[in-house]
Amino acid sequence: MTSHAVEGTHRPPRSVGDRVFPALVTAAGAVILVTLAGVALFLTYEGLPALTAKAADIPGADSFAAYVWPLLYGTLLASVLALLFAVPVSIGVALFISHFAPRRLASSLGYLVDLLAAVPSIIYGLWGIFFLAPRLVPLYDWLAGHLSWIPFFAGPASVTGRTILTAGFVLGVMVLPIMTSICREIFLQTPRLHEEAALALGATRWEMIRMTVFPYGRSGIVSGAMLALGRALGETIAVATILSVSNVVSLNLISSTNPGTIAANIALKFPEASGIEVNILIATGLVLFIVTFLVNFLARAIVGRRAEFSGAN
Amino acid sequence: MNRILRPRAAAFGAAALVVAVGISACSASNESDSSTSDGTSSSLSGDLNGAGSSAQEAAMAAWKAGFQSSNPDVTVNYDAVGSGGGREQFLAGGVQYAGSDDYLADDEATKAQKTCNGEAFEYPVYVSPIAVIYNLPGVDGLQLTPATLASIFAGKITKWNDPAITGDNPDAKLPSSNITPVHRSDESGTTGNFTDYLSQAAPQQWTYGPVESWPIKSGEGADGTSGVVSAVKGGDGTIGYADASQAGDLGKALVEVGGEFVGPTPEAASQILDVSQPAPGATDTNITIEVNRTPSEAGVYPIVLVSYQMVCSTYDSQDTVDLVQGFASYVISADGQQAASQAAGSAPITDSIRQQAQAAIDKISTSS
Amino acid sequence: MATQPPTSEPTTPKFTARLHSPQLPRWVPWALVAGAVAVGLALHLMVGWGWALTIVACWLGYVVVLVAVSGRVEGRRKAKDRLATSLVTTAFVLALLPLGSLLWQVVSNGLPAINSSFLNSSMRNVVGEGGGIFHALWGTLIVTSLAALMSIPIGLATGIYLVEYGNGRMARWITFLVDVMTGIPSIVAGLFAYALFVIFFGEGVRMGFGGAVALSVLMIPLVVRSTEEMLKLVPNELREASYALGVPKWRTIVKVVLPTAIAGIITGITIAIARVIGETAPLLIICGATDSVNFNPFDGRMMTLPVYIYSQYKNPGFPPEFGIERAWGAALVLTVIVMALNLVARLISYYFSPKTKA
Repeated sequence: MTSHAVEGTHRPPRSVGDRVFPALVTAAGAVILVTLAGVALFLTYEGLPALTAKAADIPGADSFAAYVWPLLYGTLLASVLALLFAVPVSIGVALFISHFAPRRLASSLGYLVDLLAAVPSIIYGLWGIFFLAPRLVPLYDWLAGHLSWIPFFAGPASVTGRTILTAGFVLGVMVLPIMTSICREIFLQTPRLHEEAALALGATRWEMIRMTVFPYGRSGIVSGAMLALGRALGETIAVATILSVSNVVSLNLISSTNPGTIAANIALKFPEASGIEVNILIATGLVLFIVTFLVNFLARAIVGRRAEFSGAN
Repeated sequence: MNRILRPRAAAFGAAALVVAVGISACSASNESDSSTSDGTSSSLSGDLNGAGSSAQEAAMAAWKAGFQSSNPDVTVNYDAVGSGGGREQFLAGGVQYAGSDDYLADDEATKAQKTCNGEAFEYPVYVSPIAVIYNLPGVDGLQLTPATLASIFAGKITKWNDPAITGDNPDAKLPSSNITPVHRSDESGTTGNFTDYLSQAAPQQWTYGPVESWPIKSGEGADGTSGVVSAVKGGDGTIGYADASQAGDLGKALVEVGGEFVGPTPEAASQILDVSQPAPGATDTNITIEVNRTPSEAGVYPIVLVSYQMVCSTYDSQDTVDLVQGFASYVISADGQQAASQAAGSAPITDSIRQQAQAAIDKISTSS
Repeated sequence: MATQPPTSEPTTPKFTARLHSPQLPRWVPWALVAGAVAVGLALHLMVGWGWALTIVACWLGYVVVLVAVSGRVEGRRKAKDRLATSLVTTAFVLALLPLGSLLWQVVSNGLPAINSSFLNSSMRNVVGEGGGIFHALWGTLIVTSLAALMSIPIGLATGIYLVEYGNGRMARWITFLVDVMTGIPSIVAGLFAYALFVIFFGEGVRMGFGGAVALSVLMIPLVVRSTEEMLKLVPNELREASYALGVPKWRTIVKVVLPTAIAGIITGITIAIARVIGETAPLLIICGATDSVNFNPFDGRMMTLPVYIYSQYKNPGFPPEFGIERAWGAALVLTVIVMALNLVARLISYYFSPKTKA
């Protein structure tokens, strides 16, 4: 970020306010640093006892690593599934809004998609378990019947539809708006001249998009996907209500035996937890924090390679 | 322009927030002020705090409602933090009473000596049948022996027309479809009591012991009682376990006890207390019960959850003693048990246990 | 757009010398849509296919026929373009389907539960039927307001720091960490608040203020980002003009820069509030659940709407129907609040933002 102060000879007179005000806003910035450090610190402090906990104290596993691994696997699997749904659809939606829809409608349509982000996750949970999951059962039956040679669809199909595929699908819907809005912004920034040059050469609209919009927006798409991944990793209540958890590591996407996710596991176990169990749950939260931190770090690093646009100049 | 714009925008935002939340009154219509007592001049007043088992929550709602409406100056709180958390808070002196699906362990009882300045009293207050619910169109009154039941939940029997099940149900038309056993994915006393039953009634088939977190990595997991119920409702060929009161119109399996098949009625459940032995270490004031999971008597339903209330034998002030005695007496009274039965579908405790518990409650005194 | 052909042309390739390649008349895609709908209705009503299967089959049929026809008449490039257009439009419809179905579920299930006593009662002494969300509404209002009270000043000031003062290492770090903070899972924020408060208040601490702290962790980065973006949009000429008049920098920021950007900032803040007001997981951990009204955020459990929905769903009482109905009713109220906040944000930015074009 560049400072907009006018440096040099025409420095305005320094008043008391000019000393106090910068100090205040800098302090606010420092609060952010302290908060984030605090998050890491307190989670580590409260989670540390879990790493040294006796095997007997860890429910269902011999060590903390063995406890957290299936959860981490489930977290990653559900999030990757969410991305498989969300990435193609949100690129499509973003393109539709930026390049296909009538100009006058475009911003209202964008608002509609943003509304998806406004729905609280508990409501996605209710929708998932009462509405969506039962309706996916025939699909899972069909998959198990016809495609069971693929390990993902090995079956036996869940009779309630509360599978990791359903959870991934709901997560996909939930992260769709974030990715769409990032893609849309990037697509709209494609230089007009590039687009018009392509069209002038006789390209169809699709060819124009492939030649100008995609190359220009590639890093935006990637970072949007990473941010969506970060969001999906941490989603809690919707997964806790929808997913049938058995804490296994399995490739099977349509059975009722699914790995759990870290966030959902915390929500399920925390209200009844006491003693060392609380520390174990906090430690899994720390693992989740580190994973999302890394994902976001990568996303920002990718975006960071692009020049920042500032409207100020 | 900007000078005019700023306050307007801010005010608009603020106003919109208030409108959006849309509340004007300042107290809930059902939380009347205490002055409106109905003449039954109760001398009790103050707050009584408890914490513990979430299984007791529904019953506790009824007890709170009943006790608070006859003692309008009293507020009874109950945090459904789970049994372990409840005992922990009780032993730390954070709450005056606790609800727990397990009685105090030995080391906890020692700790209680310090917190309570004397021993802690415990007595059963909530006995609830756990129903084995299933969804199998066309099959009513499914009958299961403990061994079959355990094999199903252990994942050893996977088809509805398995010889073991058809042997138990000679008249039923059982399909060849898969069985989907549904269990709780959160930690719960319901799971603890259900697995305790399985491990005692069918130790060969159920080798995982009594556990509060489901031990097997198969079957379908669901969050909370309502999660299990909706999962069982949602799929064909499912079977699960849940508080009998929540089962709704789902099929409830009859379980074999002493050569007979018994369903999860409150009556059948309450009899379990009569045929069970006191737990090791039980005294006149520690009314703890080793639930007999394999009774030989007819008409007794052994898959029950027994949940206890814990209070101190001494409290600092006479006011607290009065409050605790008043509330505890109400909870175990016929009225209180009846209220819980209506609100939570639980089975009332037996008269003999009530008398014993009342005697213990009467012993509560000030510590000075 | 410039891709539209000037006029439609006869499709029959009668003339051999032409200035541009043949085009499908505009009515062809629409006619195909009508055909697909007709076939679909026939399949559904006469053959008895299910809705989902019919719709998927007809959509596939439509795309295949359209692309095939286009490929024959217009050539491969045009056909590809048509395929892409259909896919992109499908993606959009696909994204709106869940929204529509979700809103329908919430409204149709929630509406029967809403009445004045539902809004005016708590769950205290309620067994079975009746009861309401009064305590949860107040809890949500208190917790969210406290979170806003903490987040807005910090977020606003940090945004100002980053745009107006920050250069150098600290600003770069803060920018980066704010981005990272945007990605903190909400449950981790709740655990953080718990881990922090447990040090001062001991095991099992639950209080409304803790929830506000957790929500602040989620809300601050949103406020910083929107403040930053809006301040960057303020043209430098305004600042320079102010400096030229001898106004000190801090007064320039407070009196010139902020007022110019305030509409956008308030929009951003409102959207941030809408985002955190629906958070369940952190409040479940640190605010807990209760059935009575609690106005004191520093003492004891405080019910909030999202946790209310979750707990009514999870422990519906006996008989369970009433609890589930209350959960849907509260879900409707929460959705209406969130949507209203979003709408308000849109209106603010629409009516109050400085018009960029003359």
